[in-house]
Amino acid sequence: MTVKDIFETMDYGAAPENAAEAMAWLDANTRKFGLFIDGAMTAPGNGFDSMNPATATTLASVTQATADDVDRAVAAARKAQGKWAALSGHARAKSLYALARLVQKHARLFAVLETLDNGKPIRESRDIDIPLVARHFYYHAGMAQLQDSELPDREALGVCGQIIPWNFPLLMLAWKVAPAIAMGNTVVLKPAEYTPLTALLFAQICTEAGLPKGVVNIVTGDGTVGEAIVNHEDIDKIAFTGSTEVGRIIRRATAGTGKALTLELGGKSPYVVFDDADIDSAVEGLVDAIWFNQGQVCCAGSRLIVQEGIADRFYAKLRSRMAGLRIGDPLDKAIDIGALVDPTQLAAITRMVDAGAHEGEVFRAPCPLPDQGCYYPPTLITGLSPSSILMQEEIFGPVLVATTFRTPAEAVQLANNTRYGLAASVWSENVNLALDVAPKLVAGVVWVNGTNMFDAAAGFGGLRESGFGREGGWEGLAAYTKPRVKAQALKPIAPVAAPKDAKVDTLDRTAKLFIGGKQKRPDGGYSQPVWSPKGALLGHVGIASRKDIRNAVEAAHAAKGWSKTTGHLRAQILYYIAENLTARADEFAHRINEMTGKRNGAREVEASVSRLFSYAAWADKYDGAVKPVPMRGVALAMNEPVGVIGAFCPDDVPLLGLVSLVAPAIAMGNRVIAVASDPYPLAATDFYQVLETSDVPGGVVNILTGPHAGLADPMAGHLDVDAVWSHSGADISTLVERAAAGNLKRTWVNHARGRDWFSPDAEGRSVLAQATEVKTIWVPYGE
Amino acid sequence: MLKAITCIDLTTLSGDDTAGRVRRLCAKAAHPVRADILAALGVDGITTGAVCVYHEMIEPAVAALTGTGIPVAAVSTGFPAGLSPFHLRLAEIGESVKAGAQEIDIVISRRHVLTGNWQALYDEMKAFRDACGDAHVKAILATGELGSLRNVARASVVCMMAGADFIKTSTGKESVNATLPVTLTMIRAIRDYYDRTGYRVGYKPAGGISKAKDAVTYLTLIKDELGNRWLQPDLFRFGASSLLGDIERQLEHHVTGHYSAAYRHPIG
Repeated sequence: MTVKDIFETMDYGAAPENAAEAMAWLDANTRKFGLFIDGAMTAPGNGFDSMNPATATTLASVTQATADDVDRAVAAARKAQGKWAALSGHARAKSLYALARLVQKHARLFAVLETLDNGKPIRESRDIDIPLVARHFYYHAGMAQLQDSELPDREALGVCGQIIPWNFPLLMLAWKVAPAIAMGNTVVLKPAEYTPLTALLFAQICTEAGLPKGVVNIVTGDGTVGEAIVNHEDIDKIAFTGSTEVGRIIRRATAGTGKALTLELGGKSPYVVFDDADIDSAVEGLVDAIWFNQGQVCCAGSRLIVQEGIADRFYAKLRSRMAGLRIGDPLDKAIDIGALVDPTQLAAITRMVDAGAHEGEVFRAPCPLPDQGCYYPPTLITGLSPSSILMQEEIFGPVLVATTFRTPAEAVQLANNTRYGLAASVWSENVNLALDVAPKLVAGVVWVNGTNMFDAAAGFGGLRESGFGREGGWEGLAAYTKPRVKAQALKPIAPVAAPKDAKVDTLDRTAKLFIGGKQKRPDGGYSQPVWSPKGALLGHVGIASRKDIRNAVEAAHAAKGWSKTTGHLRAQILYYIAENLTARADEFAHRINEMTGKRNGAREVEASVSRLFSYAAWADKYDGAVKPVPMRGVALAMNEPVGVIGAFCPDDVPLLGLVSLVAPAIAMGNRVIAVASDPYPLAATDFYQVLETSDVPGGVVNILTGPHAGLADPMAGHLDVDAVWSHSGADISTLVERAAAGNLKRTWVNHARGRDWFSPDAEGRSVLAQATEVKTIWVPYGE
Repeated sequence: MLKAITCIDLTTLSGDDTAGRVRRLCAKAAHPVRADILAALGVDGITTGAVCVYHEMIEPAVAALTGTGIPVAAVSTGFPAGLSPFHLRLAEIGESVKAGAQEIDIVISRRHVLTGNWQALYDEMKAFRDACGDAHVKAILATGELGSLRNVARASVVCMMAGADFIKTSTGKESVNATLPVTLTMIRAIRDYYDRTGYRVGYKPAGGISKAKDAVTYLTLIKDELGNRWLQPDLFRFGASSLLGDIERQLEHHVTGHYSAAYRHPIG
């Protein structure tokens, strides 16, 4: 092409980034990599090739770690952890700061290598991935610095096993490694099989930064390496980002092991466009939502939900924009869309779209595709309904599906009609509408008039089957620290056995279940007696079954209005409960003493009243935050209720245990199904009379009785329960965590460790964090 | 960058303009790039899009450009504030057209935008349009004084409806002149107007665009948002005085492989 030709046609030319430096780095490592264990690279072993998906050429061969390798990596991490955590926050801050600096110094090398290995456009790796990596290390250098002063009540978890995906290889490494090591943990990280190279370059950076040996260990390999990490007995925490399917397997595998777990999984995030949106911006936003990283983004705005009146015009503009997209060599600086990560991914996307596309109208962007490499054209499928498979299933490719809505309420309904809950976008120029809709969307992150905005200061993470836990911000540190609480061995308490000489009152007393604000007989029709240690029959309680759980969950959902009440109102009601409990303090104390045969009743009632006061106080004070993200706008971190929580109460303190779980839950706007102390259930059944006189709406608190072990599976397996807590004296942690894999609900279980419920440690922020989900709402602004 | 040159309204709008100064500028407009550089690039016939002057300088400009095909654009209607009596502003257009200006850059009354008096803005624009006769009319919105992008978008639409051939960001005299966000807002309004009516309206960013790199950014934005059709001087202009100098240096760099110096290029 001559200058004259270009002048006439005004066509874009190629603007290739030079890959020579990255190739030289690969050559310098003889294109063979070992593992990074205990501060050194091992000799390369048998393994597999890492390919450039844009050219189908081999970049380097990488070692498949063995079980022994994982053992050695975990041992190195274990050995290093104590010393690393014992360093001052400042000392760790210096290491993270050095990592941040080194990432910046090698920024272009990282970016080019990432693009070669993954296929993403250099524009993205250079301008988004790598700068966010540096930002994450800077931010968490600060967190290490502030740990001693700001988080005195929390400590490191220990050794963390981290398994990351191939879509943002180095960025996901940063999201995992930075907060973990900032807080004094050490890590064994497995990069994805397709994209291990930037992690190996990062290993070299760790050495350059003078990071102590064993703090970061990197083992490469396929799923079996991940499995070895997940099942390793000396790992304290698993952090996983990847598919929902694998997340579910990990949830089951770690159930009952005591390993902490955070999962960042799939999504089918809605992209809601109202008729008063800036349509051009919303169309451009979609380019960043679904064609960013070839659509291989867990939080991709992949489900377009557009108001019916503007749908045709919107689709027309979108198709015209799609026609202008440029797809091709990822190293070309002016390319919009690069290569998919691997031929298997290309095949999977093709298969899915081919299977479901007939349900709608398919538009494929008429942009030319390169002859070789893993490319899929940007695709829009309109006219789908929620029942279309492509509207429900995650495609994880450059394919946008669309449907229409009529009213804001219908938009919310359609947006939330999904098993996932990772992210959402709302487009409207009407601030009232946008800020009304944002909190109603079931998602961990909501972008108003924007999409795919990320920052280290802002929490990121999902709800429902998109996983649990947050990355980024103060809330992200909860995933890498634990409260400094003295755990005690759990002492199981068996129900008092029937005496030989029963003392029975003439008047029969039968406590019922408390469901939906009403006293209900157990569905199964069975009851069990409650005996005092002195041989008196104190009454009968119902034995709840899965049907009663079903009914209680229905009732709890019917009480959804509670989640919308003000903190002030919830505080008033909690104070009122305390007031009414105080009025009957003697009766409750007596009841507790009768059941337990001890003399602790009065103290327990007093502690319960105090606890109610604490959570009444918290109800309107567990503030969210405004995050200083680097843009013109605000990112709001809102503490929202988790939803419906099933809570197995401690056995040893029948009233205080119940109050310690129910009060924080309802203070934050949750509805609860509490299962009373198994051996001493009557304090809880007496308590529902207090609830009835305290203006607690029906369904907000439901109380069941019966053996915990039988209820653990139906409760934790119920797909419409959002979290399950167990502080039961029976060790049901394994049951709960395993069953929770069904809808990947959050769990908070005691792992057979008891705690002192009278202690101030048993209340406050660490409990409130369990009762809330942090939703980050990004609101860019400007006229 | 050559394309950018053909889209430049080479401009002088100074109180000390003289006929001699304007003749020099016109010579530069006709020969914007050194002949040897053009020869090395294998192109010829490159001129700027127009020369832009005040009314009093139209005559010498027209005379100097005779035979070049380069039109003379005149700023008008009480430029830059647009606050002289309305009938005088109309008369000024008539005088300028009579003096040989083929393009008239009018300024709108910002107060109509700031008070939301869209009818008044429409009527004013329409009157200016009619006064221009066959001459092309560019509506200067003075976006730096309109307060918000929303106002920029609304004013753009009203001026297009009232018959503007071009919409233009600035006089170059406001404290904030052409910016990328303002450009995006205005060209999207142009795109929408074309989609709805079939009329192509041109766009002219003015003020503050002085680097070749900036020019390329603007051309890219136009290409991506409006398409190649808008990359022609009949639909796109830069209002700029010093941009050409930087482009000349970059062109020489392209030819020689070495960075250039300003003094190697004839001034306008």
